[in-house]
Parts: sequence; structure tokens; C-alpha cells
Amino acid sequence: MAKTIIVPPAYVTQSEELYDKGYDPKVARRLFGYTRPYMNRLSVAMVLMFFASAAAVAGPYFVKIAIDSGLTAQNYDALRYTVLAYLAAAVIQWVCTYYRVNIMSWIGQAVIYDLRTALFQHLQQLSLSFYSRYSVGRVITRVINDVETLRDFLTWAVLAITRDIFTLIMIIIVMLSMDLRLALLTFSVLPFMVLATLLFRKFSRLAYRKVRAAISWVNSVLAENVNGVRVVQAFSRQAYNYNKFADYVNRYHLERAVDAARLASFFSPVVDVLGAIATALVVWFGGTAVLGEKITAGVLVAFVLYIDRFFDPIRDLSRRFDALQSTMAGGERILALLDTDIDVQDASNARDLPVLKGEVKFDHVSFHYSDDPQPVLTDINLHVHPGETVALVGETGAGKTTIVKLLSRFHDPTAGRVLADGHDLRDVTQSSLRRQMGIVLQDPFLFNGSVKENILFGRLGASDEDVVAAAQAVGAHGFILRLKNRYETSVEEGGVLLSVGQRQLISFARALLADPRILILDEATSSVDTQTEQIIQKALARLLKGRTAFVIAHRLSTITSADRIVVIEGGRIVEQGTHAELLEKRGMYYELYRTGFQE
Amino acid sequence: MKGTTNYGILNPPPMKTLFRLRGFLKPYVWQIAANILCLLLVTGLSLIVPQIIEQIVDDGLLKGQVQYLVRSAAILLALGLGTAALNLAQRYLSAWTAARIGYDLRNALYDRIQYLTFTYHDHTQTGQLISRCIEDVRAIQDFMGDSLIQMVQLVFLAVGVITLLVLANPTLALISLLPLIPMIMMTTDFGGRVTRLFYAVDLTLGDLSARLQENVSGVQVVRAFAREPYEIDRFDKTNRKYFDSRIKVISEWSKVMPTTSLLITLGTILILIFGGQLVLQGKMTVGGIVAFNAYMLMLSAPVQQIAWMVNGAGEASAGAQRVLEIIATEPEIQSPPNAVTLPPLSGRVEFKHVSLRYLDEKSVALTDIDLAVQPNQLIALIGQTGSGKTSLVNLIPRFYDVTEGAVLVDGVDVREVDLGSLRKQIGIVLQTSLLFSDTIGANIAYGRPDATEDEVIAAAKAAQAHEFILGFPNGYETIVGERGVTLSGGQRQRVAIARALLMNPRILILDDSTSSVDTQTEKLIQEALDHLMEGRTTFVIAHRLSTVRRADLILVMENGRIVQRGKHAELLAQGGLYREIHDLQLNQDHAFVSESEEVESLETRASADHSFS
Repeated sequence: MAKTIIVPPAYVTQSEELYDKGYDPKVARRLFGYTRPYMNRLSVAMVLMFFASAAAVAGPYFVKIAIDSGLTAQNYDALRYTVLAYLAAAVIQWVCTYYRVNIMSWIGQAVIYDLRTALFQHLQQLSLSFYSRYSVGRVITRVINDVETLRDFLTWAVLAITRDIFTLIMIIIVMLSMDLRLALLTFSVLPFMVLATLLFRKFSRLAYRKVRAAISWVNSVLAENVNGVRVVQAFSRQAYNYNKFADYVNRYHLERAVDAARLASFFSPVVDVLGAIATALVVWFGGTAVLGEKITAGVLVAFVLYIDRFFDPIRDLSRRFDALQSTMAGGERILALLDTDIDVQDASNARDLPVLKGEVKFDHVSFHYSDDPQPVLTDINLHVHPGETVALVGETGAGKTTIVKLLSRFHDPTAGRVLADGHDLRDVTQSSLRRQMGIVLQDPFLFNGSVKENILFGRLGASDEDVVAAAQAVGAHGFILRLKNRYETSVEEGGVLLSVGQRQLISFARALLADPRILILDEATSSVDTQTEQIIQKALARLLKGRTAFVIAHRLSTITSADRIVVIEGGRIVEQGTHAELLEKRGMYYELYRTGFQE
Repeated sequence: MKGTTNYGILNPPPMKTLFRLRGFLKPYVWQIAANILCLLLVTGLSLIVPQIIEQIVDDGLLKGQVQYLVRSAAILLALGLGTAALNLAQRYLSAWTAARIGYDLRNALYDRIQYLTFTYHDHTQTGQLISRCIEDVRAIQDFMGDSLIQMVQLVFLAVGVITLLVLANPTLALISLLPLIPMIMMTTDFGGRVTRLFYAVDLTLGDLSARLQENVSGVQVVRAFAREPYEIDRFDKTNRKYFDSRIKVISEWSKVMPTTSLLITLGTILILIFGGQLVLQGKMTVGGIVAFNAYMLMLSAPVQQIAWMVNGAGEASAGAQRVLEIIATEPEIQSPPNAVTLPPLSGRVEFKHVSLRYLDEKSVALTDIDLAVQPNQLIALIGQTGSGKTSLVNLIPRFYDVTEGAVLVDGVDVREVDLGSLRKQIGIVLQTSLLFSDTIGANIAYGRPDATEDEVIAAAKAAQAHEFILGFPNGYETIVGERGVTLSGGQRQRVAIARALLMNPRILILDDSTSSVDTQTEKLIQEALDHLMEGRTTFVIAHRLSTVRRADLILVMENGRIVQRGKHAELLAQGGLYREIHDLQLNQDHAFVSESEEVESLETRASADHSFS
């Protein structure tokens, strides 16, 4: 195949740059802070590690003694004692390693558990404006994938790295104490080793970064096409898409992976060569020294064995460094998420809201988003009495949604106050507010679980009778009974097995079960068939009865039956009154009514 | 069937599963052979080293011959260089082969996923499919490029070492190799257990991910009902399960890992005891013992990695199982072997006593649908949600197969024709207009990537989309979707209409969903649709009386049956369900000002937020 240069889209190359962040010791320090609760265990593990490494490093030394004092000196007892000591060391190593691995891995898992819990709890407090910037996919990548990378690192790599470092230090000590000159001879190749490692890291970092960016490109193309597979099939695009995938996206990843492999395959042979040079030097000079009777044969043999063990951890360490780097990139993203400010927060002296009558007041409320000075709402004043139904009406982007969002305190106003029964919402706890507030969304979200569980979401611990009563009240009972397992029928991901109308009715039942004092209803615009529509209208009337309600209304029947209609334009209230009053005024409402009414 | 997360927990894949991947190795036989050759040579070279050491000790040191030392040092260096060169070749070859296999696997998966039927996708979670293409393939690739090579190398080395030891001194070899027997038994046993445990780990991680995904998707509901503590508790339970499943793996692993190195050390100790006696009796040289021991120690490093290799193999075989499961799934709907390629259709559609029952469902979706539609007719389907309208139209492009009866297009059963030739002549505008993150132009040309720019513009004009497209700074080159401009619902719909128009389909299927836009946009869309329907056989799932009134044939559906059919006036006169729906709609089909445009303007700042806006 002709080699063509594949140019990935901008976001792929941008993410390549994103990875271009060196290792940040601050990130490492903070992540390490998560081990603090387990310091005792960690110290035990370190002690065990010391003994295990010492026992491991002692091995060749025992072989040396066996050769020199036992075999060469023809001393049977010396041989026997040496062997016994060797055996003891092996058993010590065995026991220590077993407990060390157990303890350290346990700590790694515990840290991961803690970190995920912290992330999830933090996510439960972040405001909706956070979620509007941060897609579901990104949250999952942080909490699942990035934390998994960290886990891999914490449990396996940390084990290996600490073992390597301990072993290396001890080997150096033993070598130095056995014979200073041979030891220095061995270390003479180290500067080259360091140089090779530095060079390798410089190139490999870039290469691995490209591989990661490429895989994320593959990921996003796959995600989109699997999501849109029905459209793909409807337009018979399979062959075309396949070629595009195989020849561009997937091939780009392949080429980057091979680039990285080419680099990586150079590194280990370099270590091999340096190891061979060190061994040859030791044999030559050391051998001459033995012949000059300066050292024993046993020392030389032990040295050759140690050289092998000396280069293993070095090779291993430099390989791990790469993992360390990508782990730190993930760690940094995790910490950034944990550091995201909670912009809507309970005040330190927040009180629980008492049982509400349902009076709502907007007092000179203005609002704009933090990243955009354009006002969304300007000087809203509105006084709603308990039990009143208010229909919010207005054109696209007028600010109706923002009004109800402020009322449920998904955002805080930038000026003015929102009051419930005279309590400023910022002075009360969010949970006590929302427990008395029911919100029915335009696109009713159902959780993966049974129909019953979804209704129960409104009030945990409600009895089966309550659930059925709520379903009956909104007219959902009938279709639920026709489902395969009735109330126990599981609703699949996003409720796909139910129709839009049915999902709406379930969300009504959920809200009814919660029995809120204030109800916010975002009327669905999606079309349902006429009969379902009838049922929904009846359910709505039932739901609104006896509560203060704010309705973002789309249906004329809902609007006309409201106690008050509030017309919003450009973030201001321009008119309010009953249907009849407003029609008489011949203002904005009249215009909307006229254009909307014509078919 | 909830996705595919709960299969096989009792029955994790055996390592044998990996052999089923051998078809993917075939194209790279030469590379693999070269790789194995390199491995053999590297192993061979490394086996020479202890011989050299023996010579150094016996001839060089103990007999005091300096020339042996110089020669040995030179040989050791040469061996090092040779090993390095071979290692380089071998590492590159194995990484290259693994990357190619990963590439091929991903392609195969993607190809299969694209052709799997609607039924399959209805029951499978998107995330699951993606994680197979990415994570499972990665596990297989890592195994092929790393653990597998190490295993092969270990086998070569073990065979070489054992042979040399037996040649040097059979009795001593037998004694010192004794500890290998429990090691092999332990490792085999570990392999089986750890695979099962890894399986459980995968499943719980999947659950954790699902829990999180749901929480984030439903964040508004969670907030609205102040259910955060409940959610935290649920997450915590799953998180703890995951913790436990990981700990189980670790406790297995921590038993095996130190024990393997203990057993190797026992080998060395046995050599020293029994070999030492032989030396003292003068039956063996000191160098011989040293070499013997050096051979034994050569096994020590790779043997310590056994637990790792088994881990890798376990992970890879779990991945292979899932990957192969997809690749082996035959799409239930495909063109038959001797499929007829449909000529340009006139547009006649017939349903002959069609019934349909979806997989896994108790109730029947369609019962005895009998229908003949002439070319260029406009058919309106009305009825309650779930009455079977969508099921009916989905049968025409053969998204599902009928359970009984037959669907015919121009007199030919859709099951006998080439799927591509059928679907290319059917245009579909779905209720949710899904666009891809690509340019607007490419989205319009989705069904015909070879369309000229003029054709694309003509289609956009006919769909009333041209003007708003030109309103973007980059016009038709504007990227839409996740990483580009967010289009409003009405705009998306018009692009989808243009997309269908460009196909110039003979048969058109519309899910009449224009109610979610404001009056002005609705008018534009209606005009676009009128344009689209001209001169084609059209099936409309209708909610609006204006569309229904004009239809050549109205089908009123209830519980999967056609209960009434005819023209508007006839049906009105007949009374019944149609009359009922009609009257209800007259009373309330006066949608006021639609608010959804607000949704869209907010969507640009708040994509996750849209359900509340």
C-alpha cells in the first residue's frame, strides 16, 4: 500500500500537546498524601521490604562463602552451615515478600477506593453548570480510566519500583564491601547508562504521547459510529465507514504504535551491551587480581552474579518511568477534578427549611453565567402565593428555564434574592429545599432499575401501596400492568424500552410520590399521540393540585388553566396576568397567542 | 438481557480461548517465525555464558592461566553484543506483530458491529461495545507482544537448561530440578483461579462504570430529589465490591509470587548440598558447580515473572472471549447468498399478512398487517405510542425481519434482495436527527459520499437549510457535533431532510416530529418535507392533522393491528378510533409558542443540561 501521511483532525493533535506536561512533583506529593491514613501499614511493609531485599541480595554472597570456605577449602562443615544460612535467608525472603505484597497491594487498593469515593462525593456537590461544561464521557474517563491507570501504578509499579531501589542500593553496598576496585569498575558503565536512559526518555515520551492521542481518536470515532449505527445502516454506509476507519483512524494508531515500538526495542539491547561490557571488565581485571592473589575465586563469581542482578532493576526502573509519567498525567487530571470549586454550596450556618406553605418570591433578581457577562435575567420581581400555578411563557432564550433553575437553586442569582416562605434560598440547606420541591423534566430521565424503583426515587421507603397509588393517580398504572413484569419490569439504559409518554407518566408518579410543596414542571414539547396526551393532561392537573407550581408551558390548555401567566422577554418580565386579562391587553402575549394558534 | 455484562460469570473463558485467535496470526507467519528464531538464538547464546564462567573458574583462576581470562572476557563481550542485536530485532518484531494484530482485530470488530442488526444493538450497551474494541483488544495486543513472548522464551530456556544440566550430571540435575514440580503445579492451578477472579474484577469495574454513568446522566434528577446520600451509598457499595474483587486477586498472587522464587532458591541449595559433596569427593570441579548453579539461576528471573505472564494470559483470554463473541455473531439480517440487486424501484410496497415479535419480548409488535401501497402514494400512520407504527415502517428497509408473512417492494420479498440496493432507495428521516461530527456538507452527503458540491447545495436549498448554513462563518465546511457547532433541533432536522433528499429515494419514511420547534421553523420544515415527499412513496408517522388530511391512505393502528384504513373523509364518516383521535386533536392541537429553541440556545452552553432547559 502506498504510504500516505495521515493528518488527524485538530483535536487529536491538540490532545497530543495536552499530554506534553512533564512530571510534576507536586502532583506526586498530593497523590502520595492519600496513603497517609495507612502509614502504619506502610511502615510495616517498608521494614518487610528491607528484610526481603537484604535476604535476596545475600543469596550470591552465600554462594561465594560456599565456594571459598566450603568447596575450595574442602571444609564440609562450613559448606553445611552456609547452606543452612542460605536456606534461612530464602525462608525470610519468602515470608517477608508474602506479607509485603499483601500489605502494599492492599494499601494501593484502599487508596484507589478512597480516591474514587472522594471523586464521587465531590461530583455529587458540583453544580449543574459544571456538568454543562464537563461531558459524561469525560467524567467517566476521570473516575474510571484515569483512576485505573493510577491503580495499576500504585499496586504493581510501586511494588516493583521500591523493590528495585532497595535491591539496587543493597547490591551497591555489598559490591563495595566485597571489593572496592571491582565495584568501581562495574559502576564505570553507569554514566553511559544514564545517558542512554535520558535520550531514550526524550524520544519515547513524544512517541507514547502520540499513541495515546491516536487511541483517543479511535475511541471517539468508534463511539460516534456505534451510537449512530442505525443511521449508518439506513444509509448503507458500512463499507465507506470501514475504509475510512481502517485506512485513516485505525492506521494512524497503528503507525504511531509501531513508531513507539521501534524506539522501545532499542533501549533494552543498550542495557544488554553495557551489562556485557561490565562483566567482561570484571572478568578481565578481576581475574588478573585473583591470579595476583588479591581476591578469591568466590568473590569473582559472586561479582559476576551481582552484575546480572545489578542491571535488572536499572532496566526495570527506566521502563517504569514511562508508566510513571502517564500515570502522573492522569493523576493531574484527577486532582484538577477534585479541585473544581463547588459553586453552589450550603452556607456554613445554613438552616434546614421548615415545612413550606409554598410562597415564592423573586426579589430584584438578576443573573448571568460566570463565564459570560451577558445578563440572562434582569431585575425579576415576582410574588407567588401558596397553591398558585404560574405559567412561564416567552420566546426562545427568554430566560424561563433560568428562573426555575434559580428557584431550585441549581444556580445562585448574581443580584437580588430568591425566597421561599420568606427564607433566602442561600441561607437554607439544599437538601431541605429540594426535598420539598418536585421537578419534572422535559425529557424524563429514568434510571436503570425497575419501574417501581424509579417511582420510589421520589420518596425512598414508600410502601408498595403508595407506589401503586401514585401510579394510579397519574394514569400510569394501566400500562405498567401490561408490561412484562409489571412494576418489577426493568427499565433499560435511559428508559429506551418505554415510550416518551410512558416515561413522562412515570416521572409524574415519581414527583407525586415525593409530594412536594413547590412543583417545577418543564412541559415536554416532543409529540406524543393524542390519547397519551389526554392522559398526560389529566395527570398534570392531578399533580398541580394544591401546590405552588411553576410551569414552563408549551400547551395552550396548560397555559389557559394557570392561575397566572408570566410573559418573559429578554430576561425580563414584560407582562403578567390571567389568560383573559392578557388577551385584552393586546400586548406580547396576544401576539404569541395569535401566531401560535394558527396552524 | 441487560447488555452483556452478566454473561459467563460462572463460566470464565479457559486459556484455550486464546487459540481461537490463531486466524489473526496467519498473515504474519514469517514475522512470527523470524521472532521465534531470534528467541531461540538469544536463549542459545545465554546458555553459553555459564560454560564460560566454568572455564574462568576452573582453567583461568584455579589453574592460573591468564590467556583464558582474556579470551573469556572477549567472548562474554561478543555474546553480549550478539544478544543485544538479536533482542533488538526480536523486540521490534514482536511489538510490530502485536500492533498489526491489534489493528486487524479492531478493524474486524468495527466491521462486524456496523453490520449487526438493530435487534442486537437494542440489547447491547454502546459502552460495552466500545470497551471491547479498545480495552479488550489492548489486553490481547499486550499479551501477544509481551507475556506470550516471555512464555515462549521461558519454555526455550527451561528446555535448554534442563538438557544441559542433565548432560552435565544427571543425578544432580534430577535432584536440583525437584522444586520445579510443585512450581509447575502451583502455576497451573493459579492460572485457572486467577482467570476466574479477573473475570469478576472486570464485571465489577463495569458495574462501577455503569453506576457512575447513570448518576452523571441523571444528575438533575438526583439533585432535584436530593438523593445524593442515597447515590453515594449505592456507589460506595459497588466501589467496595470492586475493592474486594481486587483483593482476592492480590491474595492469590501474593501466595504464588514469593513461592516461585523460594523454590528456585531451594534448587540452588540442593546443588550446593549434593554438588558440594561431589566436589569434596573430587567427582566434580568447583567451576562445574558454579556453572550448574548459574544455569539454575538463569531460570530464576523468568520464573518470577510466571505469575505476571499468567495474569496477562488470563486478561487476554477474557478479552479474546468477548472480542470473538462479537466477531462470531452473524448478523441475523444480511443479503442472501444469491441476492437480487434491485433495479430502480417504482415504489410499490406490500405487506402480506405480516406479524412481528421482537426478540425477548412477550407481546407481539405487529399482527397480520396486510397492505398494498401504490407508487407515489402518501401513507399516514396514526395511533397511540407503542401501537406499532415504527415497527411497521422499520420492516420496509429490513431493519428487522418479519416473524410471519412477507414485505415486498416492487413485488420482490425484501429478504431476497441485496440490502444495499434496497436501503439506498429508501430515505429515512428519524424523529431524533442524529448527525455525525463532520462538516455539514459531509453530513448531507452521508448517504452518497460521491455527491458533487452542487448536488449538496441543491439538497440543502430544497430542505430550507441553505440559508442558515451560509450563516455560519465556514458555511458547508462548518463542523457539527460534539467538537463543533451545536445545531438547534430544527436545524438538525433540516440537515437530516437534506441528507435524505440527496439520496433521491424512491421510498421515503418520515417520523413526523416537527412539533418540537417554533412556528416559523415548523413552516420551513413543512415546506422542506413537502418537497421531499413529491413523487415518492412516502410513509409518515404523523401527529399533525394537516399531514394526515392530505394522505392517500390513512392507517389507524392499535395494539399492532391496523384497525381502520381509508382517506380522511371516509374515516371521519366511519367514526371509531380515528374520529376520536381527530376530535381530541382539534381541541388541543394548538401548540402555543414552542420553547424548544430555548433548549437549543442553552444547549450550546449546556449540553448535559438540555433536558431541563
